[in-house]
Amino acid sequence: MSLYRTELRRLGKRRFTRWAALLGLLVLLAVVVGGFFTNEKLDAAALAKAERAAEQQWQQDVRNSEQFRAECEKAKNGGTAERGQFPEDCAVIAPPPREAIEAEWFLPSTFNFRENFGFTLLPLAAILALVGFIVGASFVGAEWNTGGMMNLLLWRPKRLTVLLTKLAALLTGLLAVALPATALWFGSFWLVATLRGTTEKMTSGAWQSFALTGLRGLVLALVTATIGFALASLGRHTAMALGGAIAVMVVGQFGLGILLEMAGARFAEAWLLPTYALAFMQKKVTLENWDACQATYFGECKPETLDITWQQSSVLLAVGLTVILGAALWAMRRRDIS
Amino acid sequence: MPAVLEIEGLRKTYKSRRRGARNALDGFDMRVEAGQVHGFLGPNGSGKTTTLRTLLGLIRPDGGRMQILGHEVPEALPTVARQVGAIVESPQFFPHFSARDTLSLLAGAGEVPAIRIDEVLELVGLRDRAGERVKTYSLGMKQRLAVASALLKSPKLLILDEPANGLDPGGIREMRTLMRTLAESGMTVVLSSHILGEIQLICDSVTIISLGRRVAYGPVEEVLAQHSSGSVRVRLEAVADLAAAADALTRAGARVTPHPDHLMLAGVDKPAMVTRLLAEQGLYVSELAPVAVDLESVFLDLTATAPVPGQNRQVDQSTKVGGAGQPGATTGGWGA
Ligand SMILES: Nc1ncnc2c1ncn2[C@@H]1O[C@H](COP(=O)(O)OP(=O)(O)OP(=O)(O)O)[C@@H](O)[C@H]1O
Ligand SMILES: [Mg+2]
Repeated sequence: MSLYRTELRRLGKRRFTRWAALLGLLVLLAVVVGGFFTNEKLDAAALAKAERAAEQQWQQDVRNSEQFRAECEKAKNGGTAERGQFPEDCAVIAPPPREAIEAEWFLPSTFNFRENFGFTLLPLAAILALVGFIVGASFVGAEWNTGGMMNLLLWRPKRLTVLLTKLAALLTGLLAVALPATALWFGSFWLVATLRGTTEKMTSGAWQSFALTGLRGLVLALVTATIGFALASLGRHTAMALGGAIAVMVVGQFGLGILLEMAGARFAEAWLLPTYALAFMQKKVTLENWDACQATYFGECKPETLDITWQQSSVLLAVGLTVILGAALWAMRRRDIS
Repeated sequence: MPAVLEIEGLRKTYKSRRRGARNALDGFDMRVEAGQVHGFLGPNGSGKTTTLRTLLGLIRPDGGRMQILGHEVPEALPTVARQVGAIVESPQFFPHFSARDTLSLLAGAGEVPAIRIDEVLELVGLRDRAGERVKTYSLGMKQRLAVASALLKSPKLLILDEPANGLDPGGIREMRTLMRTLAESGMTVVLSSHILGEIQLICDSVTIISLGRRVAYGPVEEVLAQHSSGSVRVRLEAVADLAAAADALTRAGARVTPHPDHLMLAGVDKPAMVTRLLAEQGLYVSELAPVAVDLESVFLDLTATAPVPGQNRQVDQSTKVGGAGQPGATTGGWGA
């Protein structure tokens, strides 16, 4: 218990932790502020303004087409028309019908909580996961790197206990930031929706779905933090975890993507990790293969599809986590410390 | 006296896929009694740090037994760790924390009361600089912090691997006094160092290691006595009589080296014999002095690491116990 408290204290004292958390929160704040200023509330005035804009647009179209027809007729009569410049029969030049121009097109962007909030949970999860990863990696990596781990083991010789306690402290610290951040995220976008959009149709089912997505975002952040921690402990170096992650992302993912593309694999994205993270958050990602045409009864061409569900992603995350953390624990137990 | 630290037949092989195996410890024995300051000496790469790391559970031995305060380690380390303070070869600290934070985090992990932090900071002379980041410390200040961290637990056994590394002359002397005070208060100190004059001054007993095996051990005087070659310097009242004296002594079996104003004798067991022998010849001794050997020369002799002019000695070029031409080879066991 005293070790756990001490590790929490150590985590909080680290400047890197503070800066990373602060930076993450600032980015999140920027997203909220951006959301606030790029959306507007749709009141009667805004609707009327949009109506007027649509009307204006239609009138402009009418004028344009009349002018065009006049030119056409003049050219046809004078025989100066170049081929292809005007249609055969100038009568086909007609303005669009009034209904074709919808007022909706001229409405400003608005924040509909029910429809838009779900997407904002993606950047939240991504940033929390990123902060978790680098803080987790640096927390234990710097300890190895500077000999702090060795010092600590002279006091607490049970190696697995030490490593797991550190991990517990890290996850507690992450939750202490991520939970309030998520709560604030809900709150601030509710505010954005109230002031710059609408909070209509928020049924309890919709709330439940958002809450679950938020929860999955937290889980994702905790898992990435643990993976960063385990990688850095395995490599005994912060740079190792960060470099390893970047290597996997860049070489592994992009390289694999290009390779699969060239090989003409059917669902190239199914091999890429971000797809699974997305599927985990959105419950399902549907990949489409436009090369394969599956004709419908109506003669349309539908692409072949592949669903990646959040259950599949969960299995992948769990297996990855177990393997990497298991390796880190095994190395902690077995390897000499010098 | 009970042993605080006992090591028997300790083995450690570092394996490397490319360079094969290296026997850093090859059946090493050591015994330290309670309340002593024990010097742990050996040439570079002889296995001192490896021994201490193994003892502290940082590396896994390949064979042998170790006991600290009567407990088998590494199994019992969780119970004895609280009573063993240690620094292992210029310890590093997290550079962005202050000395006080560093100690406070260690104290927190080991459930040591916070007042102890100020006590040890005072003790090692870092009181006024304790709030500064370790990154800004000089080598000696880091070393002092390391000693402070080892003392924090008020340990029964204090293990210091080259604590004087980087200390200023005043610091070395303070360290010497500190160690004596600690030993008097009942603490046992194991001290590895290359400053043999220092060791000779503070240590009660020593263990000398070479290539992973013990080459000598025991109280400092004993080690010195065993390995002083029994040299004696003799002066006579009349310098003219030196030749006659040399003659008589050679006949009696001593190895004599004549000098202009004195004789050096080697292989003399009892200096009194010299006086008697010469008096019988009517030669009168004005000075008869056993030549004191110092730890340094004994060390160089035992480990065979004395520099030879025109040769560059390489590390690992030292005495191998069990090899040919072995001085003072001993195989100690428990209670040796
Ligand atoms: N991690 C390691 N991997 C491989 N070999 C090692 C390792 N650590 C030490 N050794 C080897 O083990 C032997 C003993 O090293 P050790 O550090 O114990 O020497 P030492 O007596 O402390 O020397 P010094 O007086 O220079 O500090 C050396 O030959 C060294 O090269
Ligand atoms: Mg050493």
